[in-house]
Amino acid sequence: MNETPSVLVKNLTIRFGAFTAVDDISFSVGKGEIFGFLGANGAGKTTTIRALCGLLTPSSGEISVAGATPLEPELLKARIGYMSQRFTLYPDLTVDENLAFAGALRKMTPGQAKKRSEELLDFTGFSFGRAKLVRELPGGARQQVALAAAVLHDPQVIFLDEPTAGVSAQAREQFWALIRRMAKQDKTVFVTTHYMDEAEECGRIALMSAGKIIALDSPANLEKTAFKNPLYETLAPEGVNLAQEAKLSGAGHAEPAGLKWRVEVSNPAAWEKLCADKKLLPHPAKPTLEDVFLKLVGAGK
Amino acid sequence: MAQQKAEISLDNLRKNFGATQALDGVSLRLESGGIYGLVGPNGAGKTTLLRILAGLLKPSSGSLGILLDGKKPQPQALKDALAYFPQEQSLYPDLSCIEHLRFFRDLYGIDEREFQERSSRLLEITGLEKFQDRRAGQLSGGMYKKLGLACVLLHSPAILLLDEPTIGVDPISRREVWALLQSFAREGMLVAMSTSYLDEAERCARVALLEAGKLLLEGDPAELLKQEKASGFAEIFLARTGTAK
Repeated sequence: MNETPSVLVKNLTIRFGAFTAVDDISFSVGKGEIFGFLGANGAGKTTTIRALCGLLTPSSGEISVAGATPLEPELLKARIGYMSQRFTLYPDLTVDENLAFAGALRKMTPGQAKKRSEELLDFTGFSFGRAKLVRELPGGARQQVALAAAVLHDPQVIFLDEPTAGVSAQAREQFWALIRRMAKQDKTVFVTTHYMDEAEECGRIALMSAGKIIALDSPANLEKTAFKNPLYETLAPEGVNLAQEAKLSGAGHAEPAGLKWRVEVSNPAAWEKLCADKKLLPHPAKPTLEDVFLKLVGAGK
Repeated sequence: MAQQKAEISLDNLRKNFGATQALDGVSLRLESGGIYGLVGPNGAGKTTLLRILAGLLKPSSGSLGILLDGKKPQPQALKDALAYFPQEQSLYPDLSCIEHLRFFRDLYGIDEREFQERSSRLLEITGLEKFQDRRAGQLSGGMYKKLGLACVLLHSPAILLLDEPTIGVDPISRREVWALLQSFAREGMLVAMSTSYLDEAERCARVALLEAGKLLLEGDPAELLKQEKASGFAEIFLARTGTAK
């Protein structure tokens, strides 16, 4: 990408007293990119987003979002949308009232806000009455309204902090279809999630651990490079704790995945012996982002 | 403290909210000793079922029986033995982690020696040790959830009912929460939880698949996979409910 990045972060550090929440991170996000921000709970993801949105003053470092710096709050505010982790709509207002309020906050005229709300609700596939109170809506529909409220003023960069937590799988898929459509319209989407299947949809992913970015690449490249040793998937007889067995025998590292185990084999001979001893029938597995997350973030814990 | 052995049986349980049939004739038996998983699409009735088990809702018809050590408990004894972890947690934003635990200690009248032992174990396995003095309002989403769990586990309930405890929890913490629940289940706690993660469903001792208030399948996950000739629970879910997860 040869244009100015939508999000540019240089040596960002954020401290709360003695605690360093964000520790010297740098990255940039291109226009129209879906950028995933992953990490363990408490890794500093939300703190970073809040700094990018101008809601928190960094201890040091440089930030530019959609061409604006946090020192230009009005400009920044006009160019970004933020859907925070906690529910940001008023449950006792109707859908229409919430959106009218969001429009007024953005200094839109009632006419503009109404027109734009209607377009957005159509765009999100919202299928409930607009005169319905928000608290009467199911989780997925609330998130559609919250997204509409966050992008009402047509921002260039959209920050979504765990937009799909607690939403059904079907509603999650619908929500991600929306994210893709927004990216196609050249909007930059900055998103955090704990669902690794969703993370696979991102163009690039930054993996955060204890305030630092420990990996940054496309999902496919992360999956290719995180594992130097072969990965296998296998069932194990009942009562066999393969995590322990793999460690004791030196065969490698095993993580449970449902009824199966996923084993990164560092010592093929020990692994073969373990398979024979425990009568395992492993087959080679392709690393997923969940595997990558467990390996890279798990190593730092 | 020796864990009481709990048993729950539901017979033809129904619950309607106006014209909506949330539970439509569900019969189940739950026992101590393993995690009991509830899965199903949105609106399947999982939350309603958990709320009925917790005594927060009355069924419209059908019977619900709970036994502790083989006997029908008095209401207060049942209340002491039961803990419910709702999907939307409400902790006190201005209390720190350790203050929450002390508050729950006083609420349940736990003695100091037991409190020391249990709270340090819980802080350790939830990874909240380092954050004991942080206020709940300042915790990340996943840590907040883990603090909620530590609070309900503090009095060592015989029955623990959890509604989607792993939502908003990162993949590593999700496994830690799981390991934590499993260790309590193995010590004899009756743990029943709803989850939208099918890898978690596969690791339960028993699983019930609900859709639109009806029980579609119930049993040991490994046996269900064999019976349904499926390689994973996602496949069963898709075949039985017509949706992906």
